[in-house]
Amino acid sequence: MVSTPSATLPRTLPPSRLPAISPLSFTILVVVGALFLVSMGQVAPSPEKLANGLPRMAELVGRMLPPNTEPGFLQRMGWRILETLQIALVGTVFGVIISLPMGWLAARGISPLGAFRHFPRALISLFRTVPDLVWALLFVSTLGLGAVAGTMTIVVDTIGFCGRFFAEAMEEADKKPQEALHAIGANRVTVLCGAILPDVMPTLINSSLFALEKAVRASVVLGLVGAGGIGQELKVAFDLFQYRNASAIILAIFIIVLAMEFLTDRLRAKFQ
Amino acid sequence: MERVPTEHVPVPPLAGLRPANTGNPEIGPLVKSVAPVLAPQIIGARGLAKTYPNGQAVFAGVDLDIRADQRVALIGSNGAGKSTLLKCLIGLLPSTHGEITTLGERFMAAPSAAQLTRLRRQIGFVFQNHGLVGRQSVLTNVIQGKLGLPGSWRAFHHALARQEWREEAMAVLAEVRLADKASARADQLSGGQAQRVAIARALIRRPRLLIADEPAASLDPAVGRDIMRIFSELARDHGITLVYTTHDMQHALDYSDRIVALKDGKVHFDRPTMRVSLRDMDGVFHG
Repeated sequence: MVSTPSATLPRTLPPSRLPAISPLSFTILVVVGALFLVSMGQVAPSPEKLANGLPRMAELVGRMLPPNTEPGFLQRMGWRILETLQIALVGTVFGVIISLPMGWLAARGISPLGAFRHFPRALISLFRTVPDLVWALLFVSTLGLGAVAGTMTIVVDTIGFCGRFFAEAMEEADKKPQEALHAIGANRVTVLCGAILPDVMPTLINSSLFALEKAVRASVVLGLVGAGGIGQELKVAFDLFQYRNASAIILAIFIIVLAMEFLTDRLRAKFQ
Repeated sequence: MERVPTEHVPVPPLAGLRPANTGNPEIGPLVKSVAPVLAPQIIGARGLAKTYPNGQAVFAGVDLDIRADQRVALIGSNGAGKSTLLKCLIGLLPSTHGEITTLGERFMAAPSAAQLTRLRRQIGFVFQNHGLVGRQSVLTNVIQGKLGLPGSWRAFHHALARQEWREEAMAVLAEVRLADKASARADQLSGGQAQRVAIARALIRRPRLLIADEPAASLDPAVGRDIMRIFSELARDHGITLVYTTHDMQHALDYSDRIVALKDGKVHFDRPTMRVSLRDMDGVFHG
């Protein structure tokens, strides 16, 4: 009788069904779980609250319909929408332009600042982590009410967003052309313009279009704190209980954001 | 660190002798006491050694004397230190010991910043991976070869470059038979075409010394031979000293005047190609 290989080999148990977990990981999981349960009890809506709120929501929606289509109001809203788009466009363009050198100065292995590249990186992080409404409040306080404060907010917000992505894209750019140009004595600026930027251009365009899309959404709400744009009109409508005006504005915002997403998607596909 | 004259430096008789004043062989030299005139020295190294910071020795005791217009193949198996030696000789990597004189710049270990600038202005580079900017046009890539030269900041894109540089770039592209690809993007080229663009990019600098690190290593045999032939012919036609590394024995035998073989961190042999046999070559790689 011939013995099968399985009969002769030593018996080995299969690995455990669940991955091993360290005591530290287990403790963290328990703490996070407990925090979630406690928070849910304090801030999550209860079924009764939701049930009471629904009729009020239905009543509000009823007062919002039909949206106001009076020519005078539509004309005023049209100007505000144009202002909103202007804030988004000008703020994004300036933000992208400033993000290029900021990203370069912050990029690891490329920045001419060496270890001091952490300063521009920290500045970019500051711009990104402080919410845009807070920046808007700051600029309204310093520059006054209106579109200029909104534009400045979008500039800062775009630097925070694009600065980081530009720096990361530059760090990941193909090193071989850079080495070839460095070897013949090209300086850092010409290596940036000649090798790095062309290599990462699709990423830069992509990030810039995302920034524009983001800026349109942000500039819509900046008006709530007095930084110009259609948001200002929306706040007035709610403050004066003009709900039909508010619904027309919300509809316009929806169309603008949708159109911008469609446009930037098409542009992104083109530049891939 | 200093600059030394490069013209007619008397050195010990090594490869690179250019016979001069030999007169009629039947009646002897015209002037009996005249010493042989040497072509100008391009690269000289004495007792050169390189050890990595981790203590690993790459090579030691390397003596070299490369003269103008020579085509020198630096051979050795993978990891023999060919590329490291090449980089040390032109100041891109610091050596650990010894003295180097390249294109009249004498330095120990590493050249000063000013010396490195002067060296780079006289050297053309071709890398194994060609190092082209893929998303730029062939013309822009060639014109970028001017970067690092005085007043060259506009050379990062052909649209901004001086008209005479654009014309010069088209001329060198014609020399590598790629003038018709001037507008094509570099990432659309085949490996052989990309390497020819890299050669054009090196030639547009009008270098005295052309350095190539395994220029045909990533190409198929037929294309590799074509690249080596273009290299060799252009270097000869333009009077450029060519130093390249290779681990292809046939490339070294067919496209050089002189072969320097590295083995076990030493110069295994250094002689004119016509005096190198296949058995010698075999000894470098297998012996």
